[in-house]
Amino acid sequence: MENLQEKNSSDLLTTEKGMLTAPLQRRSFLQYAGAGAAAMALVAVGCKKDRNDGPMVSGATLDFKDDFGVLNYAYALEQLEAAFYIQVASKPPSTFSAIEKAYFQDIQFHEIAHREFFKKALGTAAIGNLEVDFSSINFNDRSSVLNAAKAFEDLGVAAYNGAGARIKTDVYLVAAGKIVSVEARHAAYIRDLISNGSFANAEVVNAQGLDLALAPDKVLATAGKFIKTKINVINL
Amino acid sequence: MNIVNILEEIEKVDGEIYERLNPRRAAMKAFFGLGKKVALSAAPLALGSMFTKAYGQTAPSAVIDVLNYALTLEYLEYHFYNHSLLAAPGLIPAGAANAAITTIRDHEKAHVDLLTGAIKANGGTPVSFTYAQFDFTAKGTFPTVYSDYNTFLAVAQAFEDTGVRAYKGQATVLKGMPVLTTALQIHSVEARHAAHIRSMRAANGVNIKPWISLGAGGVANDTGIGAVDPVYAGENVDAQAGITITGIATGVTKAAAVECFDEPLAKADVLTIAGLFIK
Repeated sequence: MENLQEKNSSDLLTTEKGMLTAPLQRRSFLQYAGAGAAAMALVAVGCKKDRNDGPMVSGATLDFKDDFGVLNYAYALEQLEAAFYIQVASKPPSTFSAIEKAYFQDIQFHEIAHREFFKKALGTAAIGNLEVDFSSINFNDRSSVLNAAKAFEDLGVAAYNGAGARIKTDVYLVAAGKIVSVEARHAAYIRDLISNGSFANAEVVNAQGLDLALAPDKVLATAGKFIKTKINVINL
Repeated sequence: MNIVNILEEIEKVDGEIYERLNPRRAAMKAFFGLGKKVALSAAPLALGSMFTKAYGQTAPSAVIDVLNYALTLEYLEYHFYNHSLLAAPGLIPAGAANAAITTIRDHEKAHVDLLTGAIKANGGTPVSFTYAQFDFTAKGTFPTVYSDYNTFLAVAQAFEDTGVRAYKGQATVLKGMPVLTTALQIHSVEARHAAHIRSMRAANGVNIKPWISLGAGGVANDTGIGAVDPVYAGENVDAQAGITITGIATGVTKAAAVECFDEPLAKADVLTIAGLFIK
């Protein structure tokens, strides 16, 4: 379902046409893809064994083969959000009201708590601290801060919605569910600060009444411009 | 390098390749393709046919049960808002408030249609409720629900916060299924509604945050309205997956720990709450 809103029709037409008119080509492609993936697996195994001698890849690796990959993905996004709100809360735009300052403090601690929750849940499997890049955000400007916050929150909601079906362990699935609705509350609050009544407008909720859901690669493509650390995604 | 390790890795990768080809994946792909071609009004049926292809002739009865349970709550919300807009003139202030309630009413209607279509297409029998089957005074507990704006908003908040908890409570039943994603996509919309209704109450002078906080004296209910205690039962926990959240980092108070995780509510508890409003 995560592709519902992102799949473009030309992709589908191409795929369908390929299936109808060129089944052999498609089959060869899959065989090729299978061989390629197997080769990549061998490389990955090689990397695993070599890790003792020094890292072969720099940055953080999200390995979606199991729940730890999904949790690390969430941990990466929560690190990003926490870093953003820490900066906002420490020096809010001068036009923030007292209640806005207080609520951005609240949100800051929510995101810090989410970050630390994932770090503890992951234990030794946790990725390292990510280096963020907020150079595109003007932290003195109310509009710049609110629009960045809106982008982070809507993206967070779409990310958890899109990743939920990947989670295999009940307790982690429920934890993700407990977090995503809080992110949606943040998103609604911030959207209403930008424009009252935009809490669930057509930018984020479609005609079926469904919020966004995005696959991890799509989310990371957007989040990536705020993250300096290289994030490697495998087994997605 | 270990040969067993290598074989395991290949097996994992092959598993993914096969998954791309398996019927569930194909069914999803067919659904996406169809979604581009059919009118939006037909989308619930298309969604239903995806479930049919994914799970055989009918979805597991547990899934149908969850969908019907969700549909019951969506009917409750839809009729609650729809009646306020159509039959309680002057209740909701014109302008932003009326627009917001209209937006929310329209989402609840879309959820009713989506779930009804999905249940029908899977051989299930969707529940159906008319306005006349509900009593939004909760048998006299909220006698002014359609004449006093504050009471109306308080009940609206209780419904939205309950809705969020109800969907969350069914996540494990739908684990790993495409329908889980749909349920999550509805769930976060209900959370957006809840936050906005809470903000509407705050704008009307009520001391309430967009997120569920710790109630006065550490109780679970942060609304100060005792009649809705069951809606917030258990919302004041601060341990998640065995990890204590209070104090997990500097500044994370018990209130912050409670706010940053919304709690699920079991089906029986939700139905008890909903039952107060069903004749």
